[in-house]
Amino acid sequence: MIQFNNLSFGYSRKRLLYKNLTLSIENGSIYGLLGKNGAGKSTLLKNMVGTLFPLEGTISINGKEPKSRKPSFLQTIYYIAEDVFVPPVTIKQYERLFAPFYPLFNKESFYKYLLELEVSIDGKLNKLSFGQQKKFVIAFALACNTEVLLMDEPTNGLDIPSKAQFRKLIASVMNEDRIIFMSTHQIRDLENMIDKVMIVDDGNLLLHSSITTIAEKLCFKTVTSPPIGVKVLYTEKMLRGTSVVIENINGEDSALNLEHLFNGVTENPAMAKQLFPLN
Amino acid sequence: MDFREKQAIYLQIAEYVCDQILLKHWQCGNKILSIRDLAVMMEVNPNTVQRAYDFLQQREIITNKRGIGYFADDDAVNRVVSFRKEQFIENELPLFFRNIYLLNVPIEDISVRYKSFINQNFKDNKDEK
Repeated sequence: MIQFNNLSFGYSRKRLLYKNLTLSIENGSIYGLLGKNGAGKSTLLKNMVGTLFPLEGTISINGKEPKSRKPSFLQTIYYIAEDVFVPPVTIKQYERLFAPFYPLFNKESFYKYLLELEVSIDGKLNKLSFGQQKKFVIAFALACNTEVLLMDEPTNGLDIPSKAQFRKLIASVMNEDRIIFMSTHQIRDLENMIDKVMIVDDGNLLLHSSITTIAEKLCFKTVTSPPIGVKVLYTEKMLRGTSVVIENINGEDSALNLEHLFNGVTENPAMAKQLFPLN
Repeated sequence: MDFREKQAIYLQIAEYVCDQILLKHWQCGNKILSIRDLAVMMEVNPNTVQRAYDFLQQREIITNKRGIGYFADDDAVNRVVSFRKEQFIENELPLFFRNIYLLNVPIEDISVRYKSFINQNFKDNKDEK
């Protein structure tokens, strides 16, 4: 479990990005962290992995504090940054150098993942294309079998077949002890993978809910005219009518549209908080 | 797999499983795909497949044998049919009724057309029904 207790963070003390953030992240779920550019998604991930420190408050990840950066903590977490960095070594050299830091690293899975993502294992890593480097890092991270896996925009730079392969890999490695936490604005790439949604905007947590709860409380559909007398979180004119996100008063079981949810929640945060009380 | 609008994904997965059973791709009484394998195949969260399997288990279409896996129930085909019938009556029939009412089509006409439709399209199965 990941626990944020009254976390405050800002790149300067005068201008705080996060103020008194308290939340908990449970094992066994794939989290999607959604937010506009500059909303503070990467900042949150960096606080979790211990490359940035909270100004106030604490973070605890399975009982350990990221900011002390103890090896016993670092071997249980893997963070894939949006822009990956690879040294000028071959994949085999990289594995020999870095795999020993992760006691649960599985060599067999590593080469299997590389094969599935179609990354060639010859040549030096820095000579590969960005997409290939990213896929290499994903394969390595998954093979490390860490309890926590943080990914910043994991599908950026992946081609279309690789995105599908990425989803298959994530589905295959997920289990009830793991936490997979991904930030993204490529919502459609990961729509069916996520089972918990967090939306942040300007350092505020606007929504933190499971897909199941969202589907219980909201109904996503296309109608000829927007309904009257129910809470309407979002509307968008479409060719066939109006797409709406409305309060689910009839217990309908509709499929989520995360893009519409995101737009609704960021345009109408007060209503979102009313529907989905935090903490 | 492309997901249609409107229906929740776990229900679409449940429908896929029902199809496999009706098409006899997954035989009654036999083991079916594990949650993980189906999640990988469909590129969805395993928790969503779990929800679909829970849903099908409640309707006794599949059963969970602890430690072995999920099986299509011995009576799965009949249960799928009655479940689908229930859904048809609940979701599609009202739309159909609304249309024949609005367009003023007598129910007797429908009955005649229904019979000739069966004759044309399902001649071979008629004896079985």
